[in-house]
Amino acid sequence: MKVTDKDVAYVADLANLALTDEERAGMLRDLNSILEYIDRLNELDTSKVPPMAQVSDRYGVDQYVVDQSKQGSERFAYANREDILEGLRKSLPHDVALENAPDADEEFFRVPKVIER
Amino acid sequence: MSLTSLTIDDARSAVQKRETTAYALAEAHYARIQKEDGQIGAYLTLSKDRALEQAERIDRLAAEGKPLPALAGVPVGIKDVMSTRGVRTTAGSKSLDKYIPPYDATAVARLEAAGALLLGKLNCDEFAMGSSNENSAYHPVRNPRDLTRVPGGSSGGAAAAVAAEMAVATLGSDTGGSIRQPASFCGVVGLMPTYGRVSRYGLIAFASSLDHIGPMTKTVKDAAIVLRTIAGRDVMDSTSADVPVPDYVAELDKPVRGMKLGVAKEYFGDGLGHEVRQAVESAIDKLKSLGCEIVPVSLPHTPYAIPTYYLIATAEASSNLARYDGVRYSRRASGVKTLSEMYRRSRDEGFGAEVKRRIMLGTYALSAGYYDAYYLKAQRVRTLLARDFDEAFRKVDAIVTPTCPTAAFRLGEKSNDPLAMYLADIYTVTADLAGIPGISIPCGETKEKLPIGLQILGKHFDESTILRVAHACEQAA
Repeated sequence: MKVTDKDVAYVADLANLALTDEERAGMLRDLNSILEYIDRLNELDTSKVPPMAQVSDRYGVDQYVVDQSKQGSERFAYANREDILEGLRKSLPHDVALENAPDADEEFFRVPKVIER
Repeated sequence: MSLTSLTIDDARSAVQKRETTAYALAEAHYARIQKEDGQIGAYLTLSKDRALEQAERIDRLAAEGKPLPALAGVPVGIKDVMSTRGVRTTAGSKSLDKYIPPYDATAVARLEAAGALLLGKLNCDEFAMGSSNENSAYHPVRNPRDLTRVPGGSSGGAAAAVAAEMAVATLGSDTGGSIRQPASFCGVVGLMPTYGRVSRYGLIAFASSLDHIGPMTKTVKDAAIVLRTIAGRDVMDSTSADVPVPDYVAELDKPVRGMKLGVAKEYFGDGLGHEVRQAVESAIDKLKSLGCEIVPVSLPHTPYAIPTYYLIATAEASSNLARYDGVRYSRRASGVKTLSEMYRRSRDEGFGAEVKRRIMLGTYALSAGYYDAYYLKAQRVRTLLARDFDEAFRKVDAIVTPTCPTAAFRLGEKSNDPLAMYLADIYTVTADLAGIPGISIPCGETKEKLPIGLQILGKHFDESTILRVAHACEQAA
C-alpha cells in the first residue's frame, strides 16, 4: 500500500473535496491499485530524457521551432503575438457574465462569508 | 429518398437542387430522434429552434438559387463538452446541469457558418472521462447495434447518433481515444486531428495538452469535409496551429499505390481479441493488394502509454476542474455557511465517482514529494513515446493498427474496475500523447454482428494521408 488514509485525507483537502467515509475507502483501494500499475514506468531509465509538456515543439514545422538556447517561456516565442488593445472580441456584458451564477446581485457574484470571526 | 441515410454531399446537393429542403432534413432527423433515442439515449438537449431557424435561412438561399456552403442543410449533433450559445452545455456533469454558455465554441461556429443545422447536444462521460459512456451523470448511452452493449466513450452519444442516423455528422472530442474508440464500437468513422489542428476555444477542458475536437461521420469523405470546415488557426486558442489547411476532400482520391504502411507488433499482442485480429489483418491484406507496401515497425514504449496517460491527463484535469467551485456558473450546494464548506460540498455533489477519482489521482501526482516521481516521470516517458513515432515515421507514411482490443463490451462489464476500463484505450492513447492524428474506420464485424475498427495513424498535420488510406480501404470494402 503506497497511499494511506492520511494521504487520501490530505489530497482530498488539496482538491477541495470533502468525500464520505465510503468514498474515502474506495479511493484508497482504487488509488493504490492504479499507482501499482503506474509503477511500471520505473522500469525505464529517463534520467537523460527531457520532459514533454506540450506537443507543438515536436511538430517539426518551421513556424514551431523551439529556441533551445532560450530559457522558460522565451523558448516558445513563436506563440507570441502583438497585444490587441481593443481585445480579440468584446468582453461579455456584465449582466451576461452573471447570468449563470448560482447567486449574484446586479454587480457581483455572492458567496458565503470568507472571513470567520 | 430516406432523409436520414444521406451523406453530407447528398444532403447538401439535395437541398441545392430543391429535391428536399433543409427544414425537411431537420424534421426527419428530429422524428428519428423521437422514435429511436428513447432506448439509445444519445441526446441530452435538443436545440430545435436554432436548427429550424438555420434551416429556413438555408432554404431561402436555395430558393434564390444561390450556391450553398459545404454543410448547408446538414443536420449535426455536438458532444456536450463544446459550448453552444444559448443551448445548455453540461459536459455530462450534474455540476453544469443548468449552464447556458454565452458563446459558441469555434468548431461549432465554423460548422454553422458552413450551413450545418445544430440538432442538439450529445451525451458523454462526465467531463469526457470514461470509455463506455456509463459515467454520464444523466443516463448511459446504449450501442445502437446491440442495446445491451456500451457505445464506447467518452463520445458515446456522438458515435451512437451517427450510427442510428440521428445526425449526419457529429463533433466529438478525444483525449485518450474518446473519438476513435466509440467510432470503432458503433461502426462509424471517427477522426482525431493533429493536436492544434482544430481550435479548442469553447471546449470544456479536461486535459489541455491532450484534448482534440474531431468529426464522427458515416463516411471518410464526410470526415474530410467536416475537418476542412473546422480546421485552422483561431486567435482565441494560442495552441491552434498556424499551419495551412489543405483541401482534404480533393486529396482523397489520390492513389495509395506505393505508400508505405507500418505495422507494429506491439499492437498485436496477447490482449488483442481473435476476431479483431482477423478483421484488421484482412484489412491490411486489402491495402497490400491496393499496392501499399507493408513495413514492420517497432513502437517499443507502447506498454507504458496507459500509465503515462493516466498521470498526465489526471494532473491536468485536477487543475482544469478546480474552476467548478459553485461561484460563477457551476452548481452550488445549498445551506452552506462558509466559503470553504461551499467549495467542498458543491464539488462533492456536482462530481461523479470517476471524476473525483481522477481529480484525486492528479492532485496526488502533482503534490509535494510526488511531482518528480509521477508527473515529471510521465512527461519524460511521453517524450519516449513521441520519439517512437518519430522513428517509425522515418520509414513509413502511416501506421495501421486495431482501434480497440475487442468489440463493444456489455453495460456494467467494466464499470466497477477502473483499471480494466482504462485498458480499453490501450491502442488509442499513444497518439494523443504524441499529438499525431488518427482515424478509426469500420473494417468488419464479429460473429455477433458487432463492428470492428481499423485505426490509421499519421504524421503531424498529415491528415491527408490517413484520410486517403482510410478512403481507399472503405471504397475497397
